[in-house]
Amino acid sequence: MTVIATESLSKRFPRVTALDRLTVGIEPGVTGLVGANGAGKSTLIKILLGLSPATEGTATVLGLDVSRDGSAIRERVGYMPEHDCLPPDVSATEFVVHMARMSGLPPTAARERTADTLRHVGLYEERYRPIGGYSTGMKQRVKLAQALVHDPQLVFLDEPTNGLDPVGRDDMLGLIRRIYSDFGISVFVTSHLLGELERTSDHIVVIDGGKLLRSSSTSDFTGATTTLAVEVTDTDATPDGTGALRKALSEAGLSLQADGHVLYVEAAGDQADDTYDTVRDAVAELGLGLVRMEQRRHRIAEVFSDHDQQQGGSDAA
Amino acid sequence: MQPDTTTPGPAPGAGPAAADVIHDIGYRHYDGPRLGRGYARRSLYSQSLRGAYGFGRSAKSKVMPMILFGVMCLPAVIIVAVAIFTKQNELPVEYTAYAVNLQMVIALYVAAQAPVSVSRDLRFKTVPLYFSRPIDRIDYVTAKFGALATALFALTAVPVLILYVGALLAKLDFTEQTKGFAQGIVSVAVLSLLLAAIGLVIAALTPRRGFGIAAIIAVMFIPYTAVSAVQAIAYDQQNPDAVPWIGLFSPTTLNDTISAAFLGGTPSVPGQVDPSKGVGAIAVLVTVALIAGCIALLLRRYRKAGL
Repeated sequence: MTVIATESLSKRFPRVTALDRLTVGIEPGVTGLVGANGAGKSTLIKILLGLSPATEGTATVLGLDVSRDGSAIRERVGYMPEHDCLPPDVSATEFVVHMARMSGLPPTAARERTADTLRHVGLYEERYRPIGGYSTGMKQRVKLAQALVHDPQLVFLDEPTNGLDPVGRDDMLGLIRRIYSDFGISVFVTSHLLGELERTSDHIVVIDGGKLLRSSSTSDFTGATTTLAVEVTDTDATPDGTGALRKALSEAGLSLQADGHVLYVEAAGDQADDTYDTVRDAVAELGLGLVRMEQRRHRIAEVFSDHDQQQGGSDAA
Repeated sequence: MQPDTTTPGPAPGAGPAAADVIHDIGYRHYDGPRLGRGYARRSLYSQSLRGAYGFGRSAKSKVMPMILFGVMCLPAVIIVAVAIFTKQNELPVEYTAYAVNLQMVIALYVAAQAPVSVSRDLRFKTVPLYFSRPIDRIDYVTAKFGALATALFALTAVPVLILYVGALLAKLDFTEQTKGFAQGIVSVAVLSLLLAAIGLVIAALTPRRGFGIAAIIAVMFIPYTAVSAVQAIAYDQQNPDAVPWIGLFSPTTLNDTISAAFLGGTPSVPGQVDPSKGVGAIAVLVTVALIAGCIALLLRRYRKAGL
């Protein structure tokens, strides 16, 4: 089942193109949408909620057409905006109950679901106090609760970690993970911070300037590469251990790069397995301490730097 | 142990069943009714209506609407008491004129409560949370408009009802009083719709409540004062025919013109010049156009306030 599907979706404003022929399919799970500010993330969410018509192309959410079934989509999804959206003079309970009723829940169900949901996001006694006195972290939890209170099949979370301190950020990321793993609700979360989405998402979509840069599972992004990172200690006999090892490995016919004290050794092709042995033997022969020898992993940031390099290359050409 | 083949459903540990077990411990899914857009609109209407009198909000927010409601009803009670004890054969004030005489109180109520209804949602940016739900801006605007109009109707119709009950207790002519009462109710209903529409548009223009209050008071009083002054001048200069026409330019005199032309009221204008049916018809058209225009402006206002 596809949760969200877009087909050459475009949104043009008089001066800017916010989305440019975006075609992407999103499966159940936690999906991260990465893009710099102004990359078209919020525009995409607006279109998917059926609140803003696309200039061109089609999109479906939970199998419903965004241009025709906006109201039905909004009954089945939740939305947590990026900005503050809470009135300070009412309690979290009153506010979330009201929002549950706005989603169509009968009064009794609205009250029960509110109590459950606030507990799940980690608000307890304080839920009876006016929201004005809450910390940023607590406010974010209330915002999340109002998006979950009607038990949607999918939630859109727009920059949910904005303004949180590192601990609050970790809590929020853990909570986002639980929305899918424990509650069974698919999550579409945006962020301009790649590291966060690496940790929480099953699948990552990268957009830039309204164009799709890449859409694949997080493990593909951060999957093992063919590069081997090696780090060694210096000894009295060989004061420059890294340099000595570098020399030895070059002589053994391996291609490698040095980055400070870390050597990146290519371990591709048929001799991939032999490379490990060669490195081990070279280190042993030199009598160095082997601190680290591991397959290097990709980081999502590389998607951007690779893209920038390509852009730079094509600009120069 | 033999596998129990009579039990339906997947074996324990199978993918979906295992997931279900986790949900049962912690999170419970909601499979009850979802009542949709119409219900959400009605809920917003009743919440806004209650809010217009401070119900469901802090004790402090009940003070202003309750005082104004009391001030609105008090003269009616006094009038009724006087009528009963002095055995008058008619009420000293017409049903249609009561609201016009107390228009200052009504204007204060609109100024105090219209911003409560819409400015808070704008200031605290709660509006996107509404529009990410089944309702859309038409539902939001009609619910807010309906709620404020109903609140204003309660404010203006209750004193009229007090007058009517009092008139019956004073054993005044039943048919005549009932007719007057019905006319008075229609008159305040039209006034409530008009003032609610105007009040909401002004309140929705600014997220700042203070500005909203000031702007509404200005819009309620400045045209009325100007219109009354010009009407007095026109009448003094032997030009009484112009008086009802000038009355088209302020909300309360507009309502007064309609009452005088169609609802048997005596116009509360200099010289009590009776408007012709033609001016009355134009006053109705202007009222309808104003209400429609205000709602169109509100819809426009919320087109951008989406997300």
